Amino acid sequence: MRFSGFRVIAEALTGHKGWKPLWRNPDPQPAYDYVIVGGGGHGLATAYYLAKTFRQARIAVLEKGWLGSGNIGRNTTIIRSNYLLPGNEPFYEFSMKLWEGLEQEFNFNAMVSQRGILNLIHTDGQRDAYRRRGNAMLLAGADAELLNRDQVREMAPYLNFDNARFPIKGGLVQRRAGTARHDGVAWGYARGADIHGVDLIQNCEVTGFRIENGRVLGVETSRGYIGAGKVGVAVAGSSSRVMAMAGMRLPIESHVLQAFVSEGLKPLIPGVITFGAGHFYVSQSDKGGLVFGGDIDGYNSYAQRGNLPVIEDVAEGGMALMPMIGRARLLRTWGGIMDMSMDGTPIIDKTPVEGLFLNAGWCYGGFKATPASGYAFAHLLATGQTHDTTRFMRLDRFERGHVIDEKGMGAQPNLH
Amino acid sequence: MLIPHPLLGPRDAQEFTYLGDASLLNRPDGMAEGALPAFCDYVYLRDNPAGIHRELWFHEQGDRSWLVVTRNTLTHEILGAELARDVALRRQK
Ligand SMILES: Cc1cc2nc3c(=O)[nH]c(=O)nc-3n(C[C@H](O)[C@H](O)[C@H](O)COP(=O)(O)OP(=O)(O)OC[C@H]3O[C@@H](n4cnc5c(N)ncnc54)[C@H](O)[C@@H]3O)c2cc1C
Repeated sequence: MRFSGFRVIAEALTGHKGWKPLWRNPDPQPAYDYVIVGGGGHGLATAYYLAKTFRQARIAVLEKGWLGSGNIGRNTTIIRSNYLLPGNEPFYEFSMKLWEGLEQEFNFNAMVSQRGILNLIHTDGQRDAYRRRGNAMLLAGADAELLNRDQVREMAPYLNFDNARFPIKGGLVQRRAGTARHDGVAWGYARGADIHGVDLIQNCEVTGFRIENGRVLGVETSRGYIGAGKVGVAVAGSSSRVMAMAGMRLPIESHVLQAFVSEGLKPLIPGVITFGAGHFYVSQSDKGGLVFGGDIDGYNSYAQRGNLPVIEDVAEGGMALMPMIGRARLLRTWGGIMDMSMDGTPIIDKTPVEGLFLNAGWCYGGFKATPASGYAFAHLLATGQTHDTTRFMRLDRFERGHVIDEKGMGAQPNLH
Repeated sequence: MLIPHPLLGPRDAQEFTYLGDASLLNRPDGMAEGALPAFCDYVYLRDNPAGIHRELWFHEQGDRSWLVVTRNTLTHEILGAELARDVALRRQK
């Protein structure tokens, strides 16, 4: 079933009776060539590219809940490629390019909307830092523009430019950045994977690995043993728990990140705006709600909900930046579990167990990475070779001393 | 979250700064053989359990003592707190 404007009109005229479920709901087979653990954005994208681009046979995605029940359906949907370091920026720009063709690629409306991201500048030092970041982005083929105060005022006249402590002095804008519909991304990849023969198996929790002579043979699950040629783990906030079953300790702590949405308002925020002097960022959904967030709560957590101090901190940031937000009512807050890595950068690599591969450490920024992460992980699983854009995102970089620490914070996950 | 400070009674967790797993108290001997891999484990690798976690909190806006807090990471329930100093001294015995 292909989606098109014509199809929508035809269905509208015939009472919408022709729509079918987007994917099958198969029972697990005894064995697969490739088993992907985790049916979030990254697992589904991996299965999609593995089946479509690398044309590998017999693939399953095992998801303990329902598809998209994790962070892919909880994030604030920002996509951007405004990183600084050579270990990161080419990867995120590769992802940005995949976003730009994604909807045509998998024939599904993921509501990719390139309305730009504006990082505000409040001090001269910050302008230098953002100029350097912008130049690094340009070198990697991304777009970046430094704006002065008047140009920012034109984009967002309602910001508090004269805040006595943090006056706005300019901004770094990436116009190709924006947002996408998080669920739509999961559904689009799931449907695409299913069309190419991938078995998407829900309510199937991986409870152990069968490993013999240093090689993975398959996985124990809540729906029985499933044999596998290769296993790729992409379980985001659960990475430490799942890899512990393979006897591994990871350079990761799990932390909770909260997000917020206001009542629906008329169009107000053109793209994404980030406060440069506190933890607050905001965009507006297509329904009109202001979607905003701030920093992680900062202590180890698997609770999928946070505490009041961070809610207060985010609200204060919002009030400092755009005081009018105080008139909007908050509708909902929620939390998701982040796999915060020791240098703030993800890991896509093989593991010491042969046939077992790891995709983890996405911190609070893995949504934007979904297409490239899936592509690179599929490349690694299919060819055994690291994809060029992830060649620095290795698991052994910590012991080798080649960390990729964008903020220069050291091995302290709650500071990244 | 309220942390039951052994000297000051229940204190708001906001007064504290969080460091991480209490195993950070067990710094390896840098002069010993095999110090390099031991330090790599110490600095970078974590158990990161879902459930009971012993962790270091610094009472930065209070009496500036380090505490070892026992907390359930699945529920945020705090099960106890003691001075990190006491934990370290007990270990030396
Ligand atoms: C509040 C919030 C805001 C965010 N905002 C942004 C943003 O604006 N931009 C951005 O780029 N990123 C953002 N992120 C980060 C982003 O959402 C994550 O990094 C990314 O979604 C993680 O990859 P995933 O989609 O594969 O994870 P998930 O969707 O969490 O997928 C992992 C899946 O693995 C499953 N699983 C776990 N254990 C097992 C098991 N044993 N067996 C089988 N399945 C298992 C889980 O059920 C889950 O469905 C945000 C996150 C949160 C919580």
